[in-house]
Amino acid sequence: MTKATNLRLDYDVTILPPKSFFQPQNETLLSFQRGKGYRSVIETEPFLLLGVHPYDMVAITQMDEIFSQGNGDVHYVSRRQNATIVVVDVENVSPDVFAGHMGTYKVEEGWDVLLTKVADQYLVESKTERGAALMSSLADVPDADQGWLEMRQLVWERNKGRLRRHELEAEPSTWPDLLEEAYDHPIWEEKAKLCFSCGSCNLVCPTCYCFDVRDEVHWDLVSGERFRVWDGCMLVNFAKVSGNLNFRKDEAARYRHRYYRKGKYVPSKIGGQIACVGCGRCITACVAKIANPVEVFNRLAGGR
Amino acid sequence: MDSTSTGWNDIYLPEMATLLRSEPMTADERFFECKLDSGKELGHMPGQFVEVSVLGIGEAPFSISSSPTQTGSFQMVVRNVGNVTHAMHGLKSGDKIGIRGPFGTHFPVEDEMRGKDIVFICGGLGRVPVRSAINYVLDNRDDYGEVTILYGTKSPAERLFLDEVEAIVSKENVKYLETVDRGDEEWTGNVGVITTLMTDMMVDPRKTVAVICGPPVMFKFAIMSLYKMGMVDKNIFVSLERHMKCGVGKCGHCQIDGLYVCQDGPVFRFADIAEVQEAIQ
Ligand SMILES: Cc1cc2nc3c(=O)[nH]c(=O)nc-3n(C[C@H](O)[C@H](O)[C@H](O)COP(=O)(O)OP(=O)(O)OC[C@H]3O[C@@H](n4cnc5c(N)ncnc54)[C@H](O)[C@@H]3O)c2cc1C
Ligand code: SF4
Ligand code: SF4
Ligand code: FES
Repeated sequence: MTKATNLRLDYDVTILPPKSFFQPQNETLLSFQRGKGYRSVIETEPFLLLGVHPYDMVAITQMDEIFSQGNGDVHYVSRRQNATIVVVDVENVSPDVFAGHMGTYKVEEGWDVLLTKVADQYLVESKTERGAALMSSLADVPDADQGWLEMRQLVWERNKGRLRRHELEAEPSTWPDLLEEAYDHPIWEEKAKLCFSCGSCNLVCPTCYCFDVRDEVHWDLVSGERFRVWDGCMLVNFAKVSGNLNFRKDEAARYRHRYYRKGKYVPSKIGGQIACVGCGRCITACVAKIANPVEVFNRLAGGR
Repeated sequence: MDSTSTGWNDIYLPEMATLLRSEPMTADERFFECKLDSGKELGHMPGQFVEVSVLGIGEAPFSISSSPTQTGSFQMVVRNVGNVTHAMHGLKSGDKIGIRGPFGTHFPVEDEMRGKDIVFICGGLGRVPVRSAINYVLDNRDDYGEVTILYGTKSPAERLFLDEVEAIVSKENVKYLETVDRGDEEWTGNVGVITTLMTDMMVDPRKTVAVICGPPVMFKFAIMSLYKMGMVDKNIFVSLERHMKCGVGKCGHCQIDGLYVCQDGPVFRFADIAEVQEAIQ
């Protein structure tokens, strides 16, 4: 982009979530050389992420927790520490978003700067030193008065109501309990019958972070790299071990696993936060039209 | 400028080790003994595993088969099934491998097992991690009661560590029983699945701990046989296998329910997973 006026902040949803900036689809972890062994590769430099939507910001803060808890992942965390994030409140509603139901239509933390379009102008708030540094570069901008802040409050209220392309009847906080009882529910079979195991729902999801690790040798045959790539629990071989044994061989078992990750397993690791932020990308991406979390949890809430 | 300041170690970075021994054991399994180039002990407990890297090929998890009572080196047994394992079968002593770990939970040799009678139940390659606990117990013989080792394989040719049987049974109060699914011309021993060794077995459930490792189908049947002897879930320990990539609770591959087998396992107290979906088939 060469001109600031070309910047469009009114997009509805990006095809891929911003996770690719913190966990690139193909990320070198180590380099190796015969006779010398392995060396960590941490490739990152400061960067600015401009125009992240609130639901995606929530997903980033969840990934921050995942990658820094226990055995901290220096590759992820280094990228994250190098990022300055500017969040922009949603202007245009994407086809399948339901962030209004998930409490992710606005976001309080994780960002450095927050932009909200109010009556053709942008209200700018900074939260961190980096954010303040960015803002100080703005010349001649007036401070927002109480009236502007109230209008921003209205934008949030409006977004809470608008970002509901699917009507969720099962409060997100009930998801873990619903799943507790749903392991043998018929819905898994019914939906998964149509599943292609293509993994698109994993790929586009801002809270899917599972990965595979591979080695590649350079042409010289003495050096090379170990890198990680995105993997997905919907793919056939995800839980396969040697001896031709697959712990989730059936579509239904994999399909169910994805919902348990979003609604129960991952939440249990991140203080109960639901690991679906309502971006709706999986709904749009699924050619079989079966990946909609709203449909699944409504059904679970309605019994059999 | 890179403004990162974690100061953390890279959890994916292997350290180098040198193979001291690399020897064939059976048609598919090979034995390795290695030593960290840093000169440090691996510092493992029986039941833990390491991630082994073969330069330019990849990385895979393997149980540590030696007991920490044997210092200076550690041992593994590797079945040739694919990429990394095939490459390992081509390595000879003096060659280098990368090691991360030890990872995971271990058999409670210093806690619940101490002072108890112990039943080790191993099927096939399950003998590999259990050997670490067996050797630990036998090296500290006075700290444990009666020891029973049950070992089942598909065929006589697949039995591992035959050269160690004599030393095992020469210890006081140690029983060693084998069975094979299918015998051959020379086989005169038991034939049948491992639970056939348990039909007439008697234990004192109040002072016995059982350790199980084997193929997934084996667990349910072995546990049912233990129930018949009066044993309860809290005194049964199992070691589970899953697809693992990172070994450190990040990649998601080894998950069952809310648990990561690489961190919360591979050794579980059966009472803790008896109700967990997908844990035992
Ligand atoms: C905790 C633990 C302890 C183990 N201990 C031993 C041991 O002591 N001795 C031994 O021989 N094997 C052991 N294994 C199994 C061993 O890790 C796999 O056989 C090995 O990863 C296969 O790697 P590969 O590159 O040779 O096979 P690949 O070429 O990658 O594939 C061959 C087959 O193995 C499966 N597989 C691939 N990667 C893994 C993985 N990371 N984990 C499990 N299955 C995989 C594939 O889906 C495929 O079916 C253990 C596994 C675990 C999880
Ligand atoms: S599960 Fe679907 S709606 Fe929820 S965060 Fe992932 S892609 Fe978005
Ligand atoms: S996108 Fe749809 S078809 Fe593809 S794996 Fe996900 S649920 Fe199955
Ligand atoms: S092996 Fe990666 S999470 Fe367990």
